[in-house]
Amino acid sequence: MSYIFGVMIALGFIYALVSGNMAALSAGIPEAAASAVELLISISGMLCMWSGFMRIAKDCGLTEKLARLLAPLLRRLYPDIDPDSKAFGYISVNISANLLGLGNAATPPGLNAMRELRKRSGTEIASDSMITFVVMNTASIQLVPATVAALRKSYGSTQPFDIIICVWITSAVALAVGLMSSRLISALTRRGRIWKR
Amino acid sequence: MEAIIPVIITSVCVYGLFRRINIFDSFVEGVKEGFGTVRFVAPTMIALLVAVGTLRASGFLDFIAELISPLAESVGFPAELVPMGLLRPVSGSGATALLTGIYRDCGPDSFAGRCASVVAGSTETTFYAVTMYYGAAGIKKIRHTLFSALLADLTAIIVSVITVGLLMS
Repeated sequence: MSYIFGVMIALGFIYALVSGNMAALSAGIPEAAASAVELLISISGMLCMWSGFMRIAKDCGLTEKLARLLAPLLRRLYPDIDPDSKAFGYISVNISANLLGLGNAATPPGLNAMRELRKRSGTEIASDSMITFVVMNTASIQLVPATVAALRKSYGSTQPFDIIICVWITSAVALAVGLMSSRLISALTRRGRIWKR
Repeated sequence: MEAIIPVIITSVCVYGLFRRINIFDSFVEGVKEGFGTVRFVAPTMIALLVAVGTLRASGFLDFIAELISPLAESVGFPAELVPMGLLRPVSGSGATALLTGIYRDCGPDSFAGRCASVVAGSTETTFYAVTMYYGAAGIKKIRHTLFSALLADLTAIIVSVITVGLLMS
């Protein structure tokens, strides 16, 4: 992180030196800091509002309800995991919390799910189910893109949520591609191993 | 379309009342968490917005966009999306800083602004999630996880341009 930060600052300085933009740079740096704080304040209202509503959803059991609704789908994605096992429970709570945009609530069951899967496999090599699970967590499956909408609103968007359908389609396609590629590679490498024998 | 958000909010509240939950207290608890999130990301965001501000004010970002734009435009791809797409899997706050730069330069309702919004809404900080989950489980060999995860990110960037182009212009 220090490296990225340092390179960005240095690149800006060198480019300004070469292109003669030094005046704009010395005005721009403090301005960037000031507008960063303005931005944080202007998005916090909308972010707090969404965490409020999603907290209601969590407290009235919508997360567990969603987890039960998702069970048939998750059984297909994780054919190796017993649907009555602890690991399966953690996975479904993690996925439901992610769908509701409850990032903080999704992480603890997610970590537990990984530890359970590790206990079952007993090796330091990722299993197919672990890969499926991590790929699902590196893709955003949030139903309400609250942060993006808050940012758009603070920059004067008239309809900050008009992108929601595009976000759903894009997330679904991206996740499908990620999961299918992982399935395909698993299948190919497994066959490779049989050939080697 | 415009009813999605009010419908979600109202149904959550009505369901909460139906389940006899103290929805006001829950909401306030959630707001506290939301404030916590903002406070948690604020220092990193300020640091990275300053770094991106440096690149912007020096003219370096425009220079990069100009460099890429002939190639990007020939396939109908907004050039502004390239730096953000590259940073997105590595740093969430960094990508947000670039996203706000696009909003400021092109507007949040422009084609580039909408595509960038869709990318931000349909991807996560891939490297962070991979490190955290495998780190917690003590997994050393992650096989093709990173490949599949980054392929999903790349897909999101391409599909964002297609969906925004087809559905919103």
